[in-house]
Amino acid sequence: MVSEKAAPLAATERSSSDTPPAPPPDGVSLTIDGMAVTAPKGELVIEAAERAGVYIPRFCYHPRMAPVGMCRMCLVEVSSPRGPSLQPACYVQVSDGQEIATRSPAARKAQEGVLEFLLLNHPLDCPVCDKGGECPLQDQAMSHGPGETRFVEEKRHWAKPISLGPLVLLDRERCIQCARCTRFAEEVAGEPLIDFLSRGDRIEVAAFPELPFTSYFAGNTIQICPVGALTSPPYRFRSRPWDLEQVETTCTYCSVGCRVAMQSSAGKLVRLLGIDSEPVNQSWLCDRGRYGFEAVNAAGRLVEPLVRRDGELQPAAWHEALGFAAAGIRRAMSSGGGRSVGILGGARLANEDAYAWSKLARAVIGTDNVDAQLGDGLPAELVLGLPRATIEDAVTAKAVVCLAGDLHEELPVLHLRLRGAALQGVPVVEVSPVPTALSSLSYLVPYRPGYLLGAVRALLGEATSELPGTTAADVDAGRRGLADALDSSPEGEGVVVVLGRVSLAESAEQIAAAATLLSERWPAARFLPALRRANVLGALDLGLAPGVLPGRVLLEDGRAWFEDRWATELPAGGGLDAGGMLRAAACGELGALVLLGADPLADFPDRDLARSALETVPFILSIDVLANPSAQLADVVLPAAAHSERGGTTTNIEGRVTRLAQKVVPPGTARADWVIASELAERLGGDLGFDHLEGIWEEIEQLSPVHRGCTLGALVLRGGYDGVVVPVGAAPVRLGSPPSGWRADGVRPIDPMATPGIASADEQGAPLFAGASVPAGSDLSEALGPLDARSVRAGGAGTGEVPPGGNGSLGPAPAGEPPRPPLMGLSSGRFSAPETPRPDGYGVRLVTRRTLFDHGTLVQECTSLAGLAPNQLLRVHPKLVEQLGVRDGERVRARSPRGELVVPVLGDATVPSGVAVLALGAVPVDEPGAALLLDSAAQVVDLRVETLG
Amino acid sequence: MMAPRGRGLSPENLEKAEAIIACYPEKRSGLVPLCHLAQSQDGYLTAEAMDDIARLCGVSAAEVRGTASFYDMLHLEPVGRYVVAVCTNIACMLGGAYTVLAHAEDRLGVRVGQTTNDGLFTLEEAECLAGCDRAVCVQVNHRFFGPVDEAGFDHLVEELVSGALDDTVPPHGVLSRVERSIGLEATAGEAAGRASAGGYGR
Ligand code: SF4
Ligand code: SF4
Ligand code: FES
Ligand code: FES
Repeated sequence: MVSEKAAPLAATERSSSDTPPAPPPDGVSLTIDGMAVTAPKGELVIEAAERAGVYIPRFCYHPRMAPVGMCRMCLVEVSSPRGPSLQPACYVQVSDGQEIATRSPAARKAQEGVLEFLLLNHPLDCPVCDKGGECPLQDQAMSHGPGETRFVEEKRHWAKPISLGPLVLLDRERCIQCARCTRFAEEVAGEPLIDFLSRGDRIEVAAFPELPFTSYFAGNTIQICPVGALTSPPYRFRSRPWDLEQVETTCTYCSVGCRVAMQSSAGKLVRLLGIDSEPVNQSWLCDRGRYGFEAVNAAGRLVEPLVRRDGELQPAAWHEALGFAAAGIRRAMSSGGGRSVGILGGARLANEDAYAWSKLARAVIGTDNVDAQLGDGLPAELVLGLPRATIEDAVTAKAVVCLAGDLHEELPVLHLRLRGAALQGVPVVEVSPVPTALSSLSYLVPYRPGYLLGAVRALLGEATSELPGTTAADVDAGRRGLADALDSSPEGEGVVVVLGRVSLAESAEQIAAAATLLSERWPAARFLPALRRANVLGALDLGLAPGVLPGRVLLEDGRAWFEDRWATELPAGGGLDAGGMLRAAACGELGALVLLGADPLADFPDRDLARSALETVPFILSIDVLANPSAQLADVVLPAAAHSERGGTTTNIEGRVTRLAQKVVPPGTARADWVIASELAERLGGDLGFDHLEGIWEEIEQLSPVHRGCTLGALVLRGGYDGVVVPVGAAPVRLGSPPSGWRADGVRPIDPMATPGIASADEQGAPLFAGASVPAGSDLSEALGPLDARSVRAGGAGTGEVPPGGNGSLGPAPAGEPPRPPLMGLSSGRFSAPETPRPDGYGVRLVTRRTLFDHGTLVQECTSLAGLAPNQLLRVHPKLVEQLGVRDGERVRARSPRGELVVPVLGDATVPSGVAVLALGAVPVDEPGAALLLDSAAQVVDLRVETLG
Repeated sequence: MMAPRGRGLSPENLEKAEAIIACYPEKRSGLVPLCHLAQSQDGYLTAEAMDDIARLCGVSAAEVRGTASFYDMLHLEPVGRYVVAVCTNIACMLGGAYTVLAHAEDRLGVRVGQTTNDGLFTLEEAECLAGCDRAVCVQVNHRFFGPVDEAGFDHLVEELVSGALDDTVPPHGVLSRVERSIGLEATAGEAAGRASAGGYGR
């Protein structure tokens, strides 16, 4: 019998640092274990108790999901006019005068009874269970269980494990039927592909036969399962909680920037768990982010420099390879000046690397040909010039307008957040040629590619010429969605526009023109860019785009400032973007091309152009983490360290800067990109002036207008874990004091029952710190340095809450500091949409988007994800399949002005007639795919679909 | 998705399904009635029928299967022409239900939950069938027989095989089918009549 029953450690710790807040005006007063407590009306007893420092045991309750009262572990005694009764604290709401007893003899007996009952059929195979050591069932059996069981009969047996889906294994006998997984699937992900099957002791979680649990968010169920019933193939049997080390860092597999606990064992990354970051991911991750770390451990990693000798890429020493690289660049510079060098890519880089490369390009090489986007994004001036929204702004908006691709495929956790908002009643209006995963909850305004601007005009109630693909009813529906928001503010106050590349087969000019129009009609609206590549927003903020300097500054506006600070002359503007560089390279006008984590062969939406550019340009330097198809054509390949191997900072779609933490060491001799930039600069006769990572950030903070006040101190201490949205003051930040509920030393509280895997690793000696590893028990502030004055000055107030401002509202520079160049805005008339060719009535217009899992190098290097890439399919309206006289799945020929492709066709009633959908990256790079049909210079891509005969 | 289309609800049943759903303010309330409909068509719920039901009720197929699996009277696997359930709850147990059940397993050559090779019989063990007054109570396609002893069970099986009960026991019984052919009342009444005529037991 376990006599002394302590509550789980972390829970006690967390509770003790909590202080009950002042009673809210519409609050109620009650007592919990004799203690007077006030709570807001409607609060659950379990939550009120938690704030008062009283821990009530639980399994099914999860702070991010609606209560179900399923497991009965939280039974407490609640007073009522008819006397006290046992009620589930996770389901009952507080009421005035209530008396709650959580540890009375009756409550204890009930809790012990429930635990004994839950354990009846539980196998107790903790020694071979992944959850052993981080298991709420183990912990609460110790703290709230009877210690003994009366059950002596044979327990249930099941075949183990079975797979619910490709990335979720289930050991049924361990399941305690808490319904966290099934509720997550239905409530949060909106994909109820799993449910309980059968009843009583035969109950099990099951997917429908032949319809496995393929949700992109499936991994979250494993993270929140309170027992070891759900496990992931990549982590199963890999480690024990007490062997784990962890850091808090940011996922960089897309630009949402979810906060994660990155865990390693024996020097290898083994697991990622989502951290409950209120403004960003609220503890959820997508499976690409969760399992993408496999690429870091992959066999395809570049581990040593390679140089081309006798036509073959061969290993070389760093000094040799850097010498080759510098020579190649110098050759190009001597024949055509700096402008004959192009630098392609940079979205993979951390902010510090992006700054180093931006400085290398402008101050040393002297070129403005830099572009972090690969022809699949939006013009930098549009993205940086529009007033920016945060995710929080979007989910609390009066209306959201989506002019973007399918967020479920491109920015999955943003999709989750918007889905949640739509369910809460935020009207979402989507302007999209085909429905997206959000469309069942949105007002969809469909349009024929090429007519986006017209559709937006119609949505604004302006007269338009006839719009193919959009009916008056569609427009009315969209306007209904906007009505409330615009009635209260015709200027669009409270409206958030999610802005991305709607389709790769439609030029960015259309979108830019539509966005400009929206910003003119709704001057108070804000924009959330939906560009998907890892740190693309950070790269743009730091000047990796033609005509842009670090700090969201136009080249000409910042010329004097940076020429002065960098002590050099900057190149003329008018540099080439990705498409321009590739076109110039293809006609022999570029002398050298640097591929900065870029794989144009696989990623640029115009395969022929990418290929002829890479085959023509005299010199290619490729710097990447993984060997990719474009690197095969390079003259020098330099291996880069992954984020988890070197740290730094990254910027998400909101402009939120967060710390990346180092957890493992790079393989072979791979180096951080900024180190490579510095070394190259030296060999090119320049000096970037960097000798450590933090030094680069200091320079950014001191020189970049948009990063002023965003110091490293602000990013690691006291509430800075969720990052700082730049410009400081653009979104509320709390600096200086830990938010309520945080531990006194500024450590983020992790609910041990909501995400068990993080809290327990923390308890067992792997504390969770953002951006630095600090030995357990050491004083945090000593290890990380105090918050310096600069970090809280920029917002104006100095401490506490900084009110939201807007872009450009930096406030006056403190006395003695010279004014920095102005942030760019969007000049009117900057973007206009050329006339779109009318659809000819015979063909279909192409819509090309990406899928979360594809045949690109990154996904294919992840063993668990590689097989999930969908097959290539041309989706059209079923009528067209019928007209062609073919069956679903039969191959047809699709011809565009650019090329042709033989591809299986599928009738899909959700695709409007006149439109065809084909994903980019649905085949390996050397097989014919969508990129053959695309033309980066065309407004739209019209297809003829024919039978093969 | 390109799921292979097997046998879903027939066109007439699809029509009926729409009518059933129209009776409810929420589409998903029609789920269980539609399961009965599908079962009356095939004797059990085929994957394709569950798919259809999911679509009609606006839920996922996993939810349809999960809900159907809660109910013993809905079958997720093919069953025999006659579903024979022996009650082993208290009254029947005291009346010797376990002996009858063991005998039934021997006689049919299957274990509880299984179907005979000829596809005629599926044997089930049931909780109280509300026929305690004629314990041991046996239910065949929702028709009641009892009291049944070992010899009576053999006799019942023979009559079922010979077709002597064809008028009173419909094949693949489910509620809607029974309702349509004779109705529950008649079934119980007739069966009682037969049983008291000394057909199957003491
Ligand atoms: S598998 Fe885990 S999360 Fe799902 S019901 Fe069982 S115990 Fe709960
Ligand atoms: S949504 Fe993006 S940032 Fe979040 S886990 Fe997925 S890939 Fe990572
Ligand atoms: S019933 Fe309250 S936590 Fe499960
Ligand atoms: S106990 Fe068998 S019918 Fe009631």
